[in-house]
Amino acid sequence: MALEIPKMSYNGVIKEIPLGKEANPVIVGGETSYPFYLFEGEMPHPPKIAMEVYDAPPEEWAQAALEPFADVINDPAAWAQKCVSSYGAEMVALQLASTDPNAQDNSGEHAVEVTKKVAAAIDVPLIVLGSNNLEKDTEVLKMVAEACAEERLILGPVTEGNYKALGAASLAYHHTIAAGTPIDINQAKQLNILLGNLGVPDERIMVDPTVASLGYGLEYCYSVMERDRMAALTQEDERLQFPIVCNLAKEVWKTKEAKLTEQEAPLLGDPLKRGVLLEAMTALLLLLAGGDILIMRHPDAVQLVRGFMDDLMAN
Amino acid sequence: MALTGIQIYKLLPKTNCGECGVPTCLAFAMSLAAGKAELAACPYVSEEAKAELADAAAPPIRAVEIGTGERKLKIGGETVLFRHEKTFVNRPGIAVLVTDEMRDEAVGGRLERFKTLAYERVGLTLQADLVAVKSASGDASKFGALTAKVKDETEAGIILMTEDVSVMEAGRKACGDRKPLMYAANKENADGMSALSKEHGCPLAVKGNGLDEVSELTTKLTEEGLHDLVIDSGARGIRKALEDQIFIRRGALLKKYKPLGFPTIAFPCEMTDDLMQESLIASMFVAKYGGIIVLSDLQGYALFPLLLSRMDIYTDPQRPMATSPGVYEVGGPNEDSPVLVTCNFSLTYFIVSGEVEASRVPAWLVVVDTEGLSVLTAWAAGKFVGDLVGTSLKKCGIMDKVGHKKVIIPGYAAAISGDLEDELGDWEVLVGPRESAHIPAYLKEWQP
Repeated sequence: MALEIPKMSYNGVIKEIPLGKEANPVIVGGETSYPFYLFEGEMPHPPKIAMEVYDAPPEEWAQAALEPFADVINDPAAWAQKCVSSYGAEMVALQLASTDPNAQDNSGEHAVEVTKKVAAAIDVPLIVLGSNNLEKDTEVLKMVAEACAEERLILGPVTEGNYKALGAASLAYHHTIAAGTPIDINQAKQLNILLGNLGVPDERIMVDPTVASLGYGLEYCYSVMERDRMAALTQEDERLQFPIVCNLAKEVWKTKEAKLTEQEAPLLGDPLKRGVLLEAMTALLLLLAGGDILIMRHPDAVQLVRGFMDDLMAN
Repeated sequence: MALTGIQIYKLLPKTNCGECGVPTCLAFAMSLAAGKAELAACPYVSEEAKAELADAAAPPIRAVEIGTGERKLKIGGETVLFRHEKTFVNRPGIAVLVTDEMRDEAVGGRLERFKTLAYERVGLTLQADLVAVKSASGDASKFGALTAKVKDETEAGIILMTEDVSVMEAGRKACGDRKPLMYAANKENADGMSALSKEHGCPLAVKGNGLDEVSELTTKLTEEGLHDLVIDSGARGIRKALEDQIFIRRGALLKKYKPLGFPTIAFPCEMTDDLMQESLIASMFVAKYGGIIVLSDLQGYALFPLLLSRMDIYTDPQRPMATSPGVYEVGGPNEDSPVLVTCNFSLTYFIVSGEVEASRVPAWLVVVDTEGLSVLTAWAAGKFVGDLVGTSLKKCGIMDKVGHKKVIIPGYAAAISGDLEDELGDWEVLVGPRESAHIPAYLKEWQP
């Protein structure tokens, strides 16, 4: 008796979101099946990798992560260019980490200046991310939205606490929103509804579900993302049919195991390869759970994941 | 997949005779579905109904055991497609490959790393489980000698890899009573492998060219009385291998298709020459339904991330991971060092201890039993409140370890500080940061 393989019946589609400059748009989303289940659906726009750039020289980075960027850490624009020209980044994610009041507490003006420079240096879509401090992010991202009107940035995390201010600013100045919620599918849906009520059109919304590193709670976001895709694709949950952004690199590289030297932890082996694999494996698992944009750091990890995606898509 | 009460009811005599001890057949069916009654209690049930119910009671994917003793590995037995639907149950076995044409140092290095690469985490030991011994030369005595070496030098479960029945027999003999997995039966050698597997009670892997051929083989072997089977669909391309894993799992669970109701074995070692890429392929099989994953080598930088992925994906979502409550030393604290208190949700523990370590300020970390709940959830549930935290602090012995009388509580639990001060008498309760990322900055200001 031959088996007929049970196919899933999907009734939803992930929305297609055009990102970046109008002349040169990068489209994400459009999936009609679970991630890479290409025997029963399509991924017209394979997931994209955005590479990180920091608004100030990073402190306490692992040597392995710092080394490829040693020549550009003082110059975010050059850093962004390097990501695009040397490593083929399809997008750039500018982390405004130095604006954190618990870090350098750099000003909104500083953030605007850096964002403008980076935006001018590249022609791929630019994601601009706050420091996860509600009050400061609201202030800083609002200034960036206004000062960089028509740059068509992706701004995040836009949360329940600041969606009105940042939603309005994005609407007025033509930016896209990465709607951030704390590993909770219901809150993700709720925020998408709120943004819709505010008048933000669907093609300007993406979901940032808050992701964690391998070994540090990855399974929570993995399952939230799987449930998100299940609801979006098989239960017609229209307010979850948005592409997913995974801000993963900073989570991976801050873990203890990504920073230890081989002398400190001989059983963990070569620190460069270990860090790269921790990042690449986190990225791969999030891809399998439904990630559309992966925010990554190390060029070797980017290359590994890109190659893997090609194999998953290969005919 | 278990039948519902209504489905069972349809198979019963529907006479409501009451002889089973329950007044109606429907009530009896409900008890059966809930596992509270035995079918044998019904004197009138038909043979067909018995067979159908026994069939339905069998797990849709067979659980198969490999090896003996402490390192015995159980794979399969899975009941869901997505971990959030219930949980994945039996972690896939990680195997390292050795062949009889490898140089001695290459074999020795792999066996050595198999033994030494072990990582302690949340009360679990993360390590590889199996050694796959492959006959590359086709020489039975070489294969037997290599297998004997693996058996003598490790406690590992063993996979014997050869398609030649007489070579397999030599390996099996060298395994003694270790109960190896024999890989593999195919269209040509199925009769010989089947006889060997049956005679020695060893699980048998089936290798087919595609799922139809696999199904034919498992059907034939099942009819011959073998049940402990493992499936290799033969796919070695990433896309096709993923597809096969999904089809096997769906066929077994959604269609209750018995010929595919077995755990799988996957070979990242045969899919690439690059160990980094191999690890990524292996992690795909962790997420998508691999039962055994065979690697070409074990290196800490690659094995550790892979073992983490397995731990994460196979964590039971219905039960939070917990760290043992107690006093933890971070960075060699002394009597002037700060005392921080947190919950025993392992994730919180990992993150908080990581940040304390990053601060380079030696500290005492007291982990309170919150039944695996995070600080905020535990506080809301009344498990991280003044009297309970106070009692834990008094009992854990921290008060004898420090000269000062100050304790730092998580920012999210600020509301308990009054109650906690009442509970602790002359101790001062300091409210720490809400976010663990701010712990280093906070600790750098610490004064005893």
